[in-house]
Amino acid sequence: MRRWIKFVGLTFTALTGLACLIIVAMLAVILGNIAIHGWPRLSWEFISGEPRAGMTEGGIFPAIFGTVALVLLMTLAVVPLGVAAAIYLHEYARQGSKLVHLVRLALHNLAGVPAIVFGLFGLGFFIKFVGGAMDRAFFGGALAFGQPSILWAALTLAVLTLPTVVVATEEALRAVPRSYREVAYAAGATRWQVVRHVVVPQSVSGILTGTILAVSRGAGEVAPIMFTGAAYYLPYLPKKLNDQFMELGYHIYVLTTQSPDVEATKPILYATVLVLLVLTFALNFLAIIIRSRIRRRLRTA
Amino acid sequence: MTQTPSDGLLLKGRPRVLEGLLETAVRASAVIVIAALVLIFVFVAKEAVPLLTSVDVHQEVTLRTMAVPQQNGEFSWQPVSERPKYSLAPLIIGTLKVTVVALLIAIPLAILAAIYTSEFASQQLRELVKPVVELLAGMPSVVIGFFALMVVATWVQDALGLIFRLNAITAGVGLSLAVIPIVYTVAEDALSAVPQAFRDGSTALGANPWQTAWRVVLPAAMPGVFAACVLGFGRAIGETMIVLMASGNAAVMSLDPAESFRSFSATIAAELGEVVYGSPHYHVLFFIGAFLFLITFFLNLAGHWYVGRLRGRLEGKLKR
Repeated sequence: MRRWIKFVGLTFTALTGLACLIIVAMLAVILGNIAIHGWPRLSWEFISGEPRAGMTEGGIFPAIFGTVALVLLMTLAVVPLGVAAAIYLHEYARQGSKLVHLVRLALHNLAGVPAIVFGLFGLGFFIKFVGGAMDRAFFGGALAFGQPSILWAALTLAVLTLPTVVVATEEALRAVPRSYREVAYAAGATRWQVVRHVVVPQSVSGILTGTILAVSRGAGEVAPIMFTGAAYYLPYLPKKLNDQFMELGYHIYVLTTQSPDVEATKPILYATVLVLLVLTFALNFLAIIIRSRIRRRLRTA
Repeated sequence: MTQTPSDGLLLKGRPRVLEGLLETAVRASAVIVIAALVLIFVFVAKEAVPLLTSVDVHQEVTLRTMAVPQQNGEFSWQPVSERPKYSLAPLIIGTLKVTVVALLIAIPLAILAAIYTSEFASQQLRELVKPVVELLAGMPSVVIGFFALMVVATWVQDALGLIFRLNAITAGVGLSLAVIPIVYTVAEDALSAVPQAFRDGSTALGANPWQTAWRVVLPAAMPGVFAACVLGFGRAIGETMIVLMASGNAAVMSLDPAESFRSFSATIAAELGEVVYGSPHYHVLFFIGAFLFLITFFLNLAGHWYVGRLRGRLEGKLKR
């Protein structure tokens, strides 16, 4: 009996360990496969060059440029909004109030909305509703903003990444010791002065974490931008807010599924995936490091 | 925060107005968060409404024709044909097929791994596994879709000797990679939230670590573990790129996971690009979008309700 219990126990523990191992191995296999196949094709010319010969040669510079421009625009929209919402939740609102409860509920659910629904929303709201109204008001009905563009794609992604920024910022606000605020209040500071001069400077790293995570998420999402601004091939880089753009993830999707000659594009495809992965992982890794510092501080606070 | 702010000892007149304006601005951003969620539903549902009300649309498709079999007794999804057919049945079957495969892989793996990290692993190991899962969560779904299509498809086909290269097993394996992080994270949080006193008590009664994990910690954390499964289900049902790339996209009425299929999300992604604005097909795609929104919305509500229940339960138990 005792031996039996020991056997079951060992098996159970081994199974849980194995599950861990499988998950780690899955990530390792994907990374290894993509690195091995993507590395040989990677070069400066690939990163800085234009695509040529029907995407079977040349580089992916326009897609990298488009991705960077897209997430920059997105950051401009989502960071101020997300940080302000987090400040409201943690510094201004009475805890347990109905509004706080509703905002938290909305954040949870926003984070769970499928990416493709964001694409529909971007098309229906930003392009048709807002863009259409702008065209009627400022361009006499001519098509200027009522069409897919980098602005609408960036704003759609901003809505998608909003929960990421709010949650990370709030965690950082929580790590600011209460005594800091009390000292400032005791010195006669107003609420905004406390936020502006004490709380926000102390939580810069958390805001940064949220921003980095949002950028990494935004750089990798394809479904929301498919119909709101991404284009497969453009001979020019986006210069205006209402230009379309090329994007790494969308480039990968189209090359993978619609390429007439899969074998010819395969090396380029792998190298493009590697570039996107390095980009998102570097950002994620950075965020993880900064956050573990904040958490350490949270424990000591 | 509960501290009372001094109401501007140093401020009089204009700065005080500024103070009020800033508070309004900050509150407005919080309201925008709620507005965003509401607007998403309103604007997706708005484009779906003509399916219910428009006479023009009803000439081609109604809710009834989407549910009942067509004249030849079949259920087919052929929106771009001379006589468009909009049966939802193949899409429902496709979505469920891939979701079930993905959850069958992801839930046991993620929960067992969560038990390992929270109960058995050393501190160092824990600090290795958690970032790995976070990196997995940060992997763009288009990359997972690419990997499933280029690599997993070949492996699965060779290993199982399947006829179709792209099928629900391949897509399910890919999809499980996207589901594992969320199930793992929520389950691990739930298990770690179980007070140490539970484990100590169990050990004092003579239970060994796995008995404690299996019979004490897991049952105590059950609402949270269940929440993890519900949230994982929500993630799986809405995921687009992986399914779009690795499913084969054939709207077949078949429960066989070895056959190609087409899911709700992939249907929208594949067809919205070519659809005529304002056509019945356009409204049907938005209808599917609104439907997906509602499913994931209620799954999320349920998930977070269970998380809240877990918290209440553990705190309640501690007080007694």
